[in-house]
Amino acid sequence: MTGRLMAIAALIAFLLGIVVATFSETRIFMPALLRGAAVTLQVAGLSFLLMVAAALTAGAAKTSPFPPVRWMAGAYIEIFRGTSLLVQLFWFYFVMPEFGVTLPAMAAGVLGIGLNFGAYGAEIVRGAIQSVPKGQREAATALNIKPLHRLVRIVMPQAMIIMVPPMGNLTIEMVKATSVVSAVTLVDITYASVQQNQIHYRTVEIFMVTLVLYYCLSQLIRFSMGVLEARATRHLCTGH
Amino acid sequence: MNWDWQFTFEVVVPRLLAVVPVTIQATVLSFLLALVLGLALMLLRISPLRVISIPAGEIIEFIRGTPLLVQLFFLFFLLPEIGIVLPPLTTGIVGLGIYNAALCAEVYRAGILNVPAGQWEAAKALNLSACRTYRDIIIPQSLPPIVPALGNYFIGIFKETPLLSFLAVAELMHASKLIGSEYYRFTEAVTVAGVFFLVMSLAAAALVRFAEGRIRGRILH
Repeated sequence: MTGRLMAIAALIAFLLGIVVATFSETRIFMPALLRGAAVTLQVAGLSFLLMVAAALTAGAAKTSPFPPVRWMAGAYIEIFRGTSLLVQLFWFYFVMPEFGVTLPAMAAGVLGIGLNFGAYGAEIVRGAIQSVPKGQREAATALNIKPLHRLVRIVMPQAMIIMVPPMGNLTIEMVKATSVVSAVTLVDITYASVQQNQIHYRTVEIFMVTLVLYYCLSQLIRFSMGVLEARATRHLCTGH
Repeated sequence: MNWDWQFTFEVVVPRLLAVVPVTIQATVLSFLLALVLGLALMLLRISPLRVISIPAGEIIEFIRGTPLLVQLFFLFFLLPEIGIVLPPLTTGIVGLGIYNAALCAEVYRAGILNVPAGQWEAAKALNLSACRTYRDIIIPQSLPPIVPALGNYFIGIFKETPLLSFLAVAELMHASKLIGSEYYRFTEAVTVAGVFFLVMSLAAAALVRFAEGRIRGRILH
């Protein structure tokens, strides 16, 4: 597994080196692409934090014993999963000012992506929480542990093990989805490559660099999720 | 906030309704393309020759690891340069189809791997040809886990079609952007587009569950 990852990383670095070295024109468009990449990373990082927060909150709320809390979480999940991400981004950026809330482009992008993927994550969290055996909850109640404490200290650590792999896949999806933030006037790497392509007409080089950068990013996430998974399951004796 | 109902019903709704067929067409055609291409990719992926299966796996991984929007732009700018001039809608359908083919290939593969090895061995012991093994033994048994996953990809493709608006395909999102910039009223246009998506994706989900039930009943009678 690690060997394969290293091989892929080496291959990518090699290809990137070739691209940069072969086409001296990369001097022209690389700075713009890298500036775009910085914006992409920023959006992805902030959206990830919001996604995890929204997923944990809505997922836990969906298992709440109070029906109104469950309904609110359900409405949030259905609305954000049912409408398209692009529609939501437009809504946050162009429609919110009508309600008197003017968001900067970065905030609108992060809110849209974080809340959209948070809704998908909430279903993962709910499934993970519900798959923790009921006896664990009952034992915690029998030991007179408070509900919040029970959720955070007893249920969540066990749910984590089930949650991490699908959350990793969702994070990769989210990083890929950040490519639509140009809809709210952010110049991310995708939009930077379209702009550079219109100036320099070097379609293959520009887009290959962009695609490879995204690919590296998603492989990096896959790798770090593997590490996180190993950490979440370290106390289990699974025999390997 | 000033929501204009008259504007909503006289301009926004009719203009959005007019482009709903484009969105549906894009969804259905890309889904069909993804189903066929995905099957081809999967067959390459499970090939006994490592020279074929390893590159196929890496290609699938690369397509899955990069954003659809960038792939769409790449196709959109690349195809005319190499002399293939297609209307934007066709480019969009091809892009959506290729991206989802990589996802479908993994779904098919999971379904095939799910069939117990004993079934393969039994088919071999009964001296069935490769064609009959696949047609009568393997594929029918691999379908139950595949069908719901494919249904979810169908809904997924539907929700990915707004990306085609970046290629100036006249679909829902594009129409709503146009209305927004023509009248400088984004509130109604974007909200109604959102409602359209919500209603249509709920309808598509109901349709997929119905089809799933039918197909399941047919296979596991």
